[in-house]
Amino acid sequence: MSSAFLQYLFSGLTIGSIYALAGLGFSIIYNASRVINFAQGEFIMIGAMATVSLTGLGLPLLAAAPLAVAATVLVGVAVAKFAITPARGASPVTLIIITIGISVFLRGAAQALWGKGFHVLPPFSGDAPFVVLGAVLLPQSLWVLGTTLVVIAGLGWFFGRTLHGKAMLATSCNPLAAQLVGIRVSGVVLGAFGLAALLGAVGGIVMAPITFTSADAGIMLGLKGFSAAVLGGLGNGAGAVLGGLIVGMAEAMSAGYLSSSYKEATAFAIILFVLLFMPQGLLGRAGTERV
Amino acid sequence: MLIIADLTSHYGRVRALSGITLSVNEGETVALIGANGAGKSTLLRAISGVQEVSGGKMSFQGTDIRTKAPQERVGLGIVQVPEGRQVFASLSVEDNLRLGAYRRRGPSVAADIVRMMELFPVLHARRHQAAGHLSGGQQQMLALARALMAHPRLLLLDEPSMGLSPALVWAVYQAIADLKRQGTTILLVEQNAHAALSLADRGYVIETGAVVLTGTGAELLKDDRVRAAYLGL
Ligand SMILES: Nc1ncnc2c1ncn2[C@@H]1O[C@H](COP(=O)(O)OP(=O)(O)OP(=O)(O)O)[C@@H](O)[C@H]1O
Ligand SMILES: [Mg+2]
Repeated sequence: MSSAFLQYLFSGLTIGSIYALAGLGFSIIYNASRVINFAQGEFIMIGAMATVSLTGLGLPLLAAAPLAVAATVLVGVAVAKFAITPARGASPVTLIIITIGISVFLRGAAQALWGKGFHVLPPFSGDAPFVVLGAVLLPQSLWVLGTTLVVIAGLGWFFGRTLHGKAMLATSCNPLAAQLVGIRVSGVVLGAFGLAALLGAVGGIVMAPITFTSADAGIMLGLKGFSAAVLGGLGNGAGAVLGGLIVGMAEAMSAGYLSSSYKEATAFAIILFVLLFMPQGLLGRAGTERV
Repeated sequence: MLIIADLTSHYGRVRALSGITLSVNEGETVALIGANGAGKSTLLRAISGVQEVSGGKMSFQGTDIRTKAPQERVGLGIVQVPEGRQVFASLSVEDNLRLGAYRRRGPSVAADIVRMMELFPVLHARRHQAAGHLSGGQQQMLALARALMAHPRLLLLDEPSMGLSPALVWAVYQAIADLKRQGTTILLVEQNAHAALSLADRGYVIETGAVVLTGTGAELLKDDRVRAAYLGL
């Protein structure tokens, strides 16, 4: 294995982890409400920007990061409560337009609050790189990978072991039956937005030391998370993770072996290919299994 | 226990219920029969709160329930086994049962799951399988067991025998008869009237969203109109 390849692999896995978290956010919201939430990227941005500004106020990272996550979760829940739930029953296209509107609004609010400039967060544990077989691995990449693994394990526990997680799965599987067993479906939608915001914020925070962040950062990250979710099969959790890693990897490889100007195009080529030729995605969409 | 007066409901501008009046007393089994599209499912959905009503009154144990959310009605003990079973297909049999008790808390839930599996042994054998992989009859048993997990005071059953083989219909009715013996109050919807009326204390016949006939189960079984329209005699 050449050290260049290994280098691209590391950066692909790192950025792919963030796409995976964003893709999970898309899928969780889609499952709970059949809404494709184009404000997912803004959750990532808010998590990162809020952490930057809280640490700028002198808070230690250990306090700033959880506060930023909590703030993002609040934003997510508020979006669901004030913009999504009132439009219950609207057509999918209307709901998508609503989420695009929300993303524009959140971006504008972020610009008003934080300006248009780029910000960077210091690495969590220094920037002395490890050299692995000739390739450079940043400590922050390990933070990204480790955090992603912990978050995914946490999601596995939540959906596999807790009643609230199962209620969310049940609602996505059969909303009528969910209501009939006494699950408050609007509560599930709020929970899904909160959870998706949490995933986005966590990803944004661990990634902020590697990529710069700005009020506009959510657009691209959101679209790549969407590609991840669609590639894996919208609504399929494992698919979103796989899709995120593939998109990240494809991006890193094309930047490395072709030219970094192809980097952004890769994700869109993947979206187009999937939508045209395999709309079910790699692992299949949720809710297609039938009795 | 359940009192419904002059209830109306619409799908858009189409009226599905046009002034239904009926009641179910504590401990009673009441059958609701009617042809395809008569409004039976719409009525049960309205009672559960998952179908909007446009007029009329609805009370349960003296409380007005018209403004209560579906989950609150489940909390009061109004539990439905919907048409077409509607199990959580991608979740395991055990999770389906667990979710049936969503509004309840505490250790007795686990004991109830065990009890349901004793009552319906096939569920025990398949407890880790996805509910969508069960046969139609097994799904019906699961839907019934899931509803019982909620400790219903009033059990609403929407065509529990639909699409089942005669042997399974018999098994389902056996289970319903047991519930009746234990004192559960039941509102049973059927298109196939014979089994339902034989089991029921009282019955209502509905046509195009209104009650056209009522009486005891035995009376209705003997009624000429019922015999002609619903029993094929
Ligand atoms: N989702 C819907 N949208 C529009 N109209 C509906 C809908 N569901 C039912 N209806 C109409 O409402 C009326 C009552 O339907 P409902 O399902 O309550 O009948 P039912 O007595 O349960 O019939 P079945 O025996 O076939 O189950 C019918 O005329 C039906 O066409
Ligand atoms: Mg019906």
